[in-house]
Amino acid sequence: MPHFAVLLAAAALIGAASAASAGPTLDQIKKRGILVCGSNPGIAGFALPDDKGLWSGFDIDFCRAIAATIFNDPTKVRFVPLSAKDRFTALQSGEIDVLSRNTTWTQSREVGQGFEFGPVTYYDGQGFMVRRKLNVSSALELSGATICVQQGTTTELNLADFFRSHEMKYDPVVFATADEAIKNYDSGRCDAFTTDMSQLYSERTKLGNPEDHVILPDIVSKEPLGPVVRQGDDQWFNLVKWTHYAMTNAEELGVASKNVDDKLKDPNPEIKRLLGSEGNFGDGLGLTADWAYRIIKLVGNYGEVFDRNLGEGSKLKIKRGANALWTKNGLQYSPPIR
Amino acid sequence: MSAQTGGAAARPRIWNDPFWRGLMLQGALLAAVVALTWFVAGNAVDNMHKRNIPTDFAFWSNPASFDISQTLIPYSATSPNSQVFWVGLLNTLLVAALGVILATLLGFAAGAARLSASWLVARLAGFYIEGVRNVPLLLQIIFWYNVVLAALPDPRGAVALGGVVFLTKRGLFLAAPVARPGFSAVWIALGVGMAATFAFRAFAARRQRETGMSAPVGAVAAALIVAFPLIVYVAAGQPLDFDIPKLRGFNFVGGMKLSPEFAALLFALTLYTGAFIAEIVRSGILAVAKGQSEAAAALGLRPAQTRKLIVMPQAMRVIVPPLINQYLNLTKNSTLAVAIGYPDLFNVFAGTTLNNTGAAVQIVFMTMAVYLIISLVTSGVMNAYNARMSPRER
Repeated sequence: MPHFAVLLAAAALIGAASAASAGPTLDQIKKRGILVCGSNPGIAGFALPDDKGLWSGFDIDFCRAIAATIFNDPTKVRFVPLSAKDRFTALQSGEIDVLSRNTTWTQSREVGQGFEFGPVTYYDGQGFMVRRKLNVSSALELSGATICVQQGTTTELNLADFFRSHEMKYDPVVFATADEAIKNYDSGRCDAFTTDMSQLYSERTKLGNPEDHVILPDIVSKEPLGPVVRQGDDQWFNLVKWTHYAMTNAEELGVASKNVDDKLKDPNPEIKRLLGSEGNFGDGLGLTADWAYRIIKLVGNYGEVFDRNLGEGSKLKIKRGANALWTKNGLQYSPPIR
Repeated sequence: MSAQTGGAAARPRIWNDPFWRGLMLQGALLAAVVALTWFVAGNAVDNMHKRNIPTDFAFWSNPASFDISQTLIPYSATSPNSQVFWVGLLNTLLVAALGVILATLLGFAAGAARLSASWLVARLAGFYIEGVRNVPLLLQIIFWYNVVLAALPDPRGAVALGGVVFLTKRGLFLAAPVARPGFSAVWIALGVGMAATFAFRAFAARRQRETGMSAPVGAVAAALIVAFPLIVYVAAGQPLDFDIPKLRGFNFVGGMKLSPEFAALLFALTLYTGAFIAEIVRSGILAVAKGQSEAAAALGLRPAQTRKLIVMPQAMRVIVPPLINQYLNLTKNSTLAVAIGYPDLFNVFAGTTLNNTGAAVQIVFMTMAVYLIISLVTSGVMNAYNARMSPRER
């Protein structure tokens, strides 16, 4: 019942005693003994439960990294699958601690709705998928097309922008979940399906015959995806931010889950600071000195997580592209730990 | 005056006086409700402020920035969120109003059919009613949308009926009538015909009261309302063009379009609610004592007259109150549109606008208030109708 979540959120806003909302998130999580993480209900590569209910994916591993650094145990996460439409209400109401659900960072979401967006964990952009037999080679040829799209996403807004700026007409058919949108595209209700490029690749694998569909080369928007927290708890926000930075710094320094124990003996002072053998950088985050070591050991560095879920080690085979480290012409750039 | 009640001492204390005590208790209860509401509202606003969630209605005039597939009034992505509200509300009212009308027609037909003397007709009606009303509505909506309508061909292989109706999985495309200047004469003829029919009905009723002679009201009404405007239409040189939809690019362009989402929702709501109305109609007819029909027959009324003049007026008293419930259910059930993406109020306003603006509390309350108002108005109108139409008991 997706709408139940909205009502629940409204009820929580009304009923919660005003004193309770100020408490630091980290203390609550430690007391509860488990992290509650809002996730996508199912998108290959980013968040997908297997037949035993075990979640895996790129966004999932980010929550596991937070659990690893708090509890030294990446399994201490409860995942709450949320539709695009309900995700913000769930975060506003305090039902989840962090939203890690391929969510686009926008000005109005951050400033207008009371959220803080963490670092960009995945640089994405919106694209279109059409049937090969239509012989369409560019999104600019889609005038008059019927387009399936998921409700409550930046995708829906970008779609309107794109057709408006090119003075083209289209028929939007809007569904509450990505699954329904792709299913109705597949059944022929729409000429095209639009969402972020990464999702197009992932959703295409679900179609009857993936080879019959092409992803158009046009990228019509900027979609910086990352974790989201509520405003008002800076310590918690810092912890979420530095979880990502620890993972990218680790990749940059060549520290991975396989070699992290050997690297403890490495004389490089940057690695020493990262792994906590020199100084205590976990203190200000409410964590132990080995906070980053735990992430790398139990979940892996950014490159490992990307490769395992989205890249060469996965079915999706997405190139690093903009998500390569800045040293390799990508955009992933982390402030140093010192 | 007896001695016991005399004197000021015997007058009860104010908290022992039933009138004053009742007033005080009710006052205390009212104060408690107001205080609770005040507390809850204050708490909500306070919490929302702390979390930087908007508590005002600034979102109302901000641009919506998204498109809607079915809009009965002008709308574009640059329209404000207030326009989303009106577009959604009209889409809800459209499907609810059409659903109520069609479900009533279907329900009365099926309810009467179930009581038919014909074995086959009665069984068919029973089969429809029992089959449809025992399957969840959401399942039926999804069935119509994903199984029936999705099986239609692409626009390029559309099923063309007479070259003016095209059935595709993108929707039903119809030739749209476009009036030429002279067409207003037909409207005037229609208005005159309807006024004349009313006058004739009043005349026929008075004559029947006074002389007992009946008049062929039905035939006269048909001539005045249908034939007369038709003659005017032909005489004016058929001032009507048809905009026939044509396949251009991806889809049909021109004409009128009925989206599959709308069709599926309307079908499912009509069939489902019609089955319940049929049972209400059957119970209403059966509630009229058999002696009433027998007495009418003894007076020499024909079966059709018996139904119209004796049975139905009495049955309606039993039918209307539960019928109101069904109308309210249909309107509220139209929010299931969200399952198939029909852009009703709940879907676009309490869905997309809520998500884009973050004004959850304001929008949820507004949407609830709208459904409450629609329901209260519907039941008010129907109760007034019932009070007016009920036969007076003597």
